[in-house]
Amino acid sequence: MRRLWIGNASAAALLLAGSLWAQIPEIAYDSAPNFLKLPEHVYLGEAAGVATNSRGDIFVYTRTGSEFATFGASRTLTHGGSRLFEFDSNGKYIREIGQGVYGFLFGQAVRVDPRDNIWVVDRGSNMVIKFDSGGRVLMTMGRKPEAVALAAGRGGGRGATGAGIPGDNFNRPADVAWDAAGNIFIADGYGNARIAKFDQNGKYIESWGSKGSEPGQFDAPHSIAVDAQGNVYVADPGNKRVEVFDNNGVFKSQLSQVGAPWAICISPGAHQYLYSSNSNDPGSMDNGEIYKMELDGRVLGKFGRAGKLIKEFGTVNAMDCRNPNLLYVGELTNWRVQKLTLPTAGSSDGR
Amino acid sequence: MMRKCRGCGFLLALLFAAPLLAQTPARSNGLTQAQINARAKAQNVPEIPFESVPNFLKFPANLYMGEGIGVATNSKGHVFVYTRSQETRLFEFDPKGNFVREIGEGLYGFAFAHAVRVDPRDNIWAVDEGSNMVIKFNPEGRVAMLLGRRPEPADAGAATPAPGVSASTPGPYSFDRPTDVAWDAAGNIFVADGYGNSRVVKYDKDGRFIASVGTRGAEPGQLNTPHTIAADAKGDIYVGDRGNSRIQVFDNDLKLKAIYDKVGAPWAVCITPGPHQYLYSSNSNPDTNNAELGAVTGEIYKMELDGTILGKFGTAGKQLRQFSTTHEIDCRNENELLVSEITSWRVQKIILHPSGK
Repeated sequence: MRRLWIGNASAAALLLAGSLWAQIPEIAYDSAPNFLKLPEHVYLGEAAGVATNSRGDIFVYTRTGSEFATFGASRTLTHGGSRLFEFDSNGKYIREIGQGVYGFLFGQAVRVDPRDNIWVVDRGSNMVIKFDSGGRVLMTMGRKPEAVALAAGRGGGRGATGAGIPGDNFNRPADVAWDAAGNIFIADGYGNARIAKFDQNGKYIESWGSKGSEPGQFDAPHSIAVDAQGNVYVADPGNKRVEVFDNNGVFKSQLSQVGAPWAICISPGAHQYLYSSNSNDPGSMDNGEIYKMELDGRVLGKFGRAGKLIKEFGTVNAMDCRNPNLLYVGELTNWRVQKLTLPTAGSSDGR
Repeated sequence: MMRKCRGCGFLLALLFAAPLLAQTPARSNGLTQAQINARAKAQNVPEIPFESVPNFLKFPANLYMGEGIGVATNSKGHVFVYTRSQETRLFEFDPKGNFVREIGEGLYGFAFAHAVRVDPRDNIWAVDEGSNMVIKFNPEGRVAMLLGRRPEPADAGAATPAPGVSASTPGPYSFDRPTDVAWDAAGNIFVADGYGNSRVVKYDKDGRFIASVGTRGAEPGQLNTPHTIAADAKGDIYVGDRGNSRIQVFDNDLKLKAIYDKVGAPWAVCITPGPHQYLYSSNSNPDTNNAELGAVTGEIYKMELDGTILGKFGTAGKQLRQFSTTHEIDCRNENELLVSEITSWRVQKIILHPSGK
């Protein structure tokens, strides 16, 4: 009797979950073929980061390989391996930024702040590098280890894997975001499992989080975005959730109905939306869909799946949604950036 | 008693040795056991007359070829060479051997070349053993599709494991030191994977996993370094199972059909197009430059698809018309082969005269 009751309850739960799932509408979308035009002899590698500035220029931070390990007197020196390219809004190549820059080793993210500064997050050098809109270095955060082991990315902050030492160097950082006051939030990252907050001048304020799956903890904070109120959204794909904190790191809520969020972004404007990619693991072709949500976590729709064709996704690692109906997605395993157009709000029933 | 026992031992030894001797009449020619093991079982194979075009590939000044790992032609006769120089690089030449361009300079997936092949639509496929990737370029030389993924550096840095030792359970979309690629008429993709995994993986034309076959071993259907792969017009798959010194033929669903084990260690195989297809296979001399084994290896065989041996040509060596560890053969033209060699850093254009012409 009791068993039967349990069975009924779980069946009911399944039904409920099923009907909720079925309610997520498919969003119609298109992808512009071969949108980015690369010069001869320039190739994208894994498109770890993509972002736009206020003019619509597109920045791509890509893992291009060709790292060089130089055997120095007392250490192995590692250079190269990632490149930052700029394209105009039509996909025409403009220039490369930061050729040979000391901190470009293993690209993880690029974001553009409201003043069109370009921020690069490098997981290999453990650095966050701020370029002005002209492409010159304005500020650096963290420090590249003097000796980067061939297994690049190890080392960095002195703290063991976990929360790190407050204010100390990063350990395989993953992403960066800002609030309206210019405070800087860094997802740090694969090694440390914390969010570090700095003021606009790069002065350390606080950090929060540690390795784990409890509310406020992270498996690895992989992507980060801040809304107009200053709330901080942290994608924690290992725990299959987006955690929401207030501006001071107080845990507010978690959104856990959209798979493993590898990449998130929040659109600007009066009505902000949250996009989150349930990216396929590089070794599989499962999942891959992208969700559109209200900031409160209500799912509005989804689109896409994992694959290698156009309109399919190969492990999306970054999304730009400056325009909520024109997304740029950077893919790891397909070495490309796709420009996606979505129907403007209210113009489509998703067909 | 003692004497009798000794005699028994001697007789026993003779008995054991007899079958070996029967198989290897050349023993009297002074071959060592290692040579007997390395040379092809097929003996008295007719020689195919051939010549080599001197200095076929013309490199620009200051551009050098490294190890001749891969060579392939497209439908226009252009030649693609995938080489291990200071970096792994892919070059294109016209049919006369004039340099046309480089493709994929500094590419993320170029780490340690293993093979290049051109599909029927002139897409260029590079198989890279160092990045664990198979990279498809369109005819313009831009990346069109990727299979496998270069490991992130945080996962790398370990010593190269011995062949057959895989870091993890092979997944559908990850390779461990892949070696070669082939396609059937429908565009399905077959990847020889490889030194680490010992299997052949089949994908559809869009890169979705269909099936795989093979584990490490010497039983029929098992593989010991599947090093080279080719498909015939019917869609049968010929796998050069180098470590087992045999070519295994699988049908399109990867069921074992036949084993050809008379032509030595197949380092490189290719199948000609056209109504009457031929299979070439190189019993390459070891890349250790071992002279003892080089004396009995290095030749390339021409076969019917059913394994009938038609002839052979070449020996190991560094001169023209000799081969220094052949690593890939292109046979788009049945009598004009391109042969890339590891230990001589070159590609030879070979003209065969099968009827003695």
